[in-house]
Amino acid sequence: MTETTIRPFRVEVSDEALADLRQRIGAARLPNRELVDDRSQGVQLATIEELARYWASDYDWRRCEARLNALPQFVTTIDGVDIHFIHVRSGHENALPLIMTHGWPGSVVELLEAVGPLTDPTAHGGRAEDAFHLVLPSLPGYAFSGMPTELGWSPARVARAWDELMHRLGYTRYVAQGGDVGAAVTDAMARQAPAGLAGVHMNLLVTGLAGGPHPSETAEERAAGEALAAFQTSGSGYYLEQSTRPQTIGYALVDSPIALAAWMLDHDTDSYVKIADAFVNKEPTGNLTRDNVLDNITLYWLTGTGASAARSYWERAHAQVAAAAASQTPPPASVPVAFTQFPGELFRAPRSWVEQGYPNVLYFNKAERGGHFAAWEEPDLFTSELRAAFRSLR
Amino acid sequence: MSDTTIARADTTIRPFRIEVPEHEIEELRRRIDATRWPTKELVTDRSQGVQREVAQALADYWTTEYDWRRCEGRLNALPQFRTAIDGVDVHFIHVESKHENALPLIMTHGWPGSIIELLETIGPLTDPTAHGGRAEDAFHLVLPSIPGYGFSDEPTELGWGPIRIGRAWEQLMRRLGYTRYVAQGGDVGSQVTDAMGRLGLEGLIGIHTNLLTPALGDPQALSASPPTKEERAALDQLEAFHATGTGYFIEQATRPETIGYALLDSPIALAAWMIDHDTDAYQKIARAFVDKQPSGNLTREHIVDNITLYWLTRTGAAAARSYWEEGQENARAAGQAPTPVAVPVGFTTFPGEIWRTPRSWVERAYPNVDIYFNEVDKGGHFAAWEEPELFSDELRAAFRPLR
Repeated sequence: MTETTIRPFRVEVSDEALADLRQRIGAARLPNRELVDDRSQGVQLATIEELARYWASDYDWRRCEARLNALPQFVTTIDGVDIHFIHVRSGHENALPLIMTHGWPGSVVELLEAVGPLTDPTAHGGRAEDAFHLVLPSLPGYAFSGMPTELGWSPARVARAWDELMHRLGYTRYVAQGGDVGAAVTDAMARQAPAGLAGVHMNLLVTGLAGGPHPSETAEERAAGEALAAFQTSGSGYYLEQSTRPQTIGYALVDSPIALAAWMLDHDTDSYVKIADAFVNKEPTGNLTRDNVLDNITLYWLTGTGASAARSYWERAHAQVAAAAASQTPPPASVPVAFTQFPGELFRAPRSWVEQGYPNVLYFNKAERGGHFAAWEEPDLFTSELRAAFRSLR
Repeated sequence: MSDTTIARADTTIRPFRIEVPEHEIEELRRRIDATRWPTKELVTDRSQGVQREVAQALADYWTTEYDWRRCEGRLNALPQFRTAIDGVDVHFIHVESKHENALPLIMTHGWPGSIIELLETIGPLTDPTAHGGRAEDAFHLVLPSIPGYGFSDEPTELGWGPIRIGRAWEQLMRRLGYTRYVAQGGDVGSQVTDAMGRLGLEGLIGIHTNLLTPALGDPQALSASPPTKEERAALDQLEAFHATGTGYFIEQATRPETIGYALLDSPIALAAWMIDHDTDAYQKIARAFVDKQPSGNLTREHIVDNITLYWLTRTGAAAARSYWEEGQENARAAGQAPTPVAVPVGFTTFPGEIWRTPRSWVERAYPNVDIYFNEVDKGGHFAAWEEPELFSDELRAAFRPLR
């Protein structure tokens, strides 16, 4: 077997692992209730109690496992790490190859709902010309990909691995997409501009997160600045901890399912409120259902990847510090960049911010619905955005 | 029960003993044995957090050699009490010196500490003649557990920041009959002690701290322009702390409930979170477990006593919440100049502390009052715990002029 072999992959979790998980959830020691009536002290006890109850009694991992195994999954070794990916070829000729990268606290699970609309558009309100061949890799250290055993897996290194993966699959002209950590990887790909990359689309503006000053003339720009500042002041505890002490928080994430669930739910306010609603009031928003949310958490648990996923933040921070120390600014993105602003995202990036970050803005649009987990929450709307964004590159 | 009895019961001081049921100790051991471990960090230092070798050595010790009953016996050998103040049952140790004219002293622990970190100082402070001191150095010692920590109750309403704790301590001292006393603290305890100094409490005649709380706010304002060499060094240390060492701080100040789930449910998560404090203390603790070379009294047993206390009292979330409360209190005070401290201030710089406070910062933080300042040659963030004799010497010297 050569280094570049692509091996089929199936998910097979033992009954013992599932029984152990259920036992641990049942034995959870919970803190007393928070002293506020909102999320301002963190994940609320009522949310966690309902999540734990549902997880231990009604939730069925085998459903998720079957769903994953119904898709063509593979593993291939790139740069020393086994990369897991889903690869769905469209039935349509001339489909555009697309590599789409999940984020944290996400996984391939957050992208599954988009597989149908993207690869089989005629069955989902689209046209044959909208079809994509879809590649959904798991980031190194996440889910079924291997954990890096050496330092250096920054978004730039992941980006180079993705180009290698697309080559290995025989795609010589392709596009890339990502939100959250996936946006950091996609941003890096756009700056590396490998020969096959025709364009990118993102739904989180990583150049906005990286600091300003950003345009602040209009009300819209100022609102984005304020949302970003609020995130940095009171919403970035998880971010800082993962960027500086991934191993420390890793002990909690690998040992306690409830600690893992709470840590993963405590992302941005919009998605937290939607997920809490799904559990407490049984009112999911779009596809952010209880089952889908728990599929993702259970995937982290069963693969024991809490610490290694957190480490990806450390790697990104270190790459940034090293670049700053060497007075290196990343090269500008030379490929066309498309961006969709989803209203519930951490901050609503205005077009001016996108243009500040990227010289060649191909497409900008504001979606009506959806938040940080746009592909997960609103897969059809998200798909329409990708179709529109990449249409001119076909 | 009539209203009068309730009112009277409210200020009662009740004796307190610790009795942890055996099944809780067994359950703890069972959970440690069942730990699912992450893979090893990818660095050879602490820069990704608590190293797996350290956490595993701690887990081994915890389940095999460690004996909680020793700690329980040690605490129960001391006079412990609880009393309700401002709606919260406050636990405290109260050791009266046999020496007449001993100075009453209320000393406040920090996070991730508890009364455990102060136990070694009880002998030297209350019984100086048995510990190389003189009768005139004696203190009557009060060691309360902060609300939400250890054997104090958790607050069930908002507002328990350092100021409210400081007011509660004043009531406690009054209730004990002390009308003239001093206060001391490091870490969260230094915030409480600093707050007491600013409250202008009638009986409080002086304070001593070993962490300069005002420097956590605006250290530039405490520095000369341009900063002196010592100030520059301290500013750099603070900057490094803010850049890479405050993950736990920000998480607790913004999302105490979220991290609380981990701290209540997993002993190893709790232990890792607690030993990932400043670099100096982490390295000393890591050496105690991995190389069995403790620094001073920061022994394996004492460290695990403190962690086990958090575990058995289920206080991880409530203690974290005290950071949230402090953050809210700071936000409420934003833009207002703090009330100056009007009593004499003592400060000791321990060399391993997060930053090495220069005398000039103490003088600018506490203008127009008598200052005691000293820099000692041993000890770090947990000064009282690590170097109890040296720490006691500092308190004797700092408070001597106030007797």
